[in-house]
Amino acid sequence: MNTLSLSNWHVFRGERQVLRGVGFDLQGGRCLQVLGDNGSGKTTLLRSIAGLVPREAGELRWCGAVPADEGQFHADLGYLGHDPPLKADLDARENLAFALRVRRPVVAGEIDAALARVGAQAYADRPVRTLSAGQRRRIAFAALLCFRVPLWLLDEPTTNLDAAGIALLRELMDECLARGGLVVTATHQDLGLDPRRLDRLALAVLR
Amino acid sequence: MTPQPRTSALAAASAVLQRDLVLALRRPSQLLQPLAFFVVVTLLFPLGYTPELAKLRSIAPGVLWVGALLASVLALDSLFRDDAADGTLEQFVLAGQPLAALLFAKTAAHWLLTGLPLALMAPVTGIALGVPIEAMPGILCALCIGTVTLSLIGAIGAGLTLGVRRGGVLSSLLTLPLSVPVLVFGARATELAITGGSPSGALYLLAALMVLGLTLAPLAAAAAVRIGLE
Repeated sequence: MNTLSLSNWHVFRGERQVLRGVGFDLQGGRCLQVLGDNGSGKTTLLRSIAGLVPREAGELRWCGAVPADEGQFHADLGYLGHDPPLKADLDARENLAFALRVRRPVVAGEIDAALARVGAQAYADRPVRTLSAGQRRRIAFAALLCFRVPLWLLDEPTTNLDAAGIALLRELMDECLARGGLVVTATHQDLGLDPRRLDRLALAVLR
Repeated sequence: MTPQPRTSALAAASAVLQRDLVLALRRPSQLLQPLAFFVVVTLLFPLGYTPELAKLRSIAPGVLWVGALLASVLALDSLFRDDAADGTLEQFVLAGQPLAALLFAKTAAHWLLTGLPLALMAPVTGIALGVPIEAMPGILCALCIGTVTLSLIGAIGAGLTLGVRRGGVLSSLLTLPLSVPVLVFGARATELAITGGSPSGALYLLAALMVLGLTLAPLAAAAAVRIGLE
């Protein structure tokens, strides 16, 4: 089973300590909702798990072991930051194809299936530049589905989403958890996930 | 869940290369800017200095190479900027692929779209500077090799200044000193080609610099980008 555990996690931004001794154990099929005020380090926690921000100290275990090969750990995770990582001059299909080809060979039809799953077929052929922020976010979810990774790191995933979009996000997260996947998300919104599947981690602003 | 099949670094890099070429062709005006800059700068010399071809010929190596160097610096400032702004650079870091390979592909795409056209344009502007036709193969060769190295050095500068707002000037200050050997040997090869000597010695040295750049620059750029994204 996939598990993610962090222990004694310390992260600094410049001189300021943002995370002090954070730790958690997350089992496969469970979602960790990271809560905290603005500036409490929710984004920093997600980015440091992904390895985008270096940590001062702390141990990360993925499936029980410290990842020997950072690339293999990265291949298992999908990170979605504040802005959907899409090229404005490409359409949704091209964006997904290139994002996917960097990771693994594309299987015929899977991109269209993912776009259909997030309800984005209608605007799949338009340059992303012409789409609304919520539509872009749906396309970013489609990319995440295509990655087919067991670990999702979602930073404020509900931003710019309408009610239907949030319902879609909940379904996608449910499906990921049902497959034995793990979701770490920083959001204040109640996603309506099954409380039995939900863990919470509260961060405080450090002075 | 079973581990994902990963593409080879080569396939990933070729996807990045292809993506950058497609993107550039959707915005052709950005491509033409460095080339236009190079042409205008080199063509200003006959107007501003003297129309005498003999005198122009003596300064042609310097003009061509300083023009190429400045055009390259101008163009490279934005090499990683767009990808950093929309988050695709982060996805490259997290793709489970060697970042150096992906950044090398980006640099290669950039050279194909700016360095190579510039080298191909040099013989045309060379005529305006009184360069004899026999010298063209040598000049073309020197510029092709030299601009590769300039692109690779520029990639390090662009990576280092990712986190800096308006890092263009800083990036130039960092990379111009590193580019001096390319300028020296490139201008020497061009001068030898114009005066009828054999440029091969200088070309070999240029090629050696290119090999050094091909080997080390992507690794340095990857390290710089990782720091820049923090």
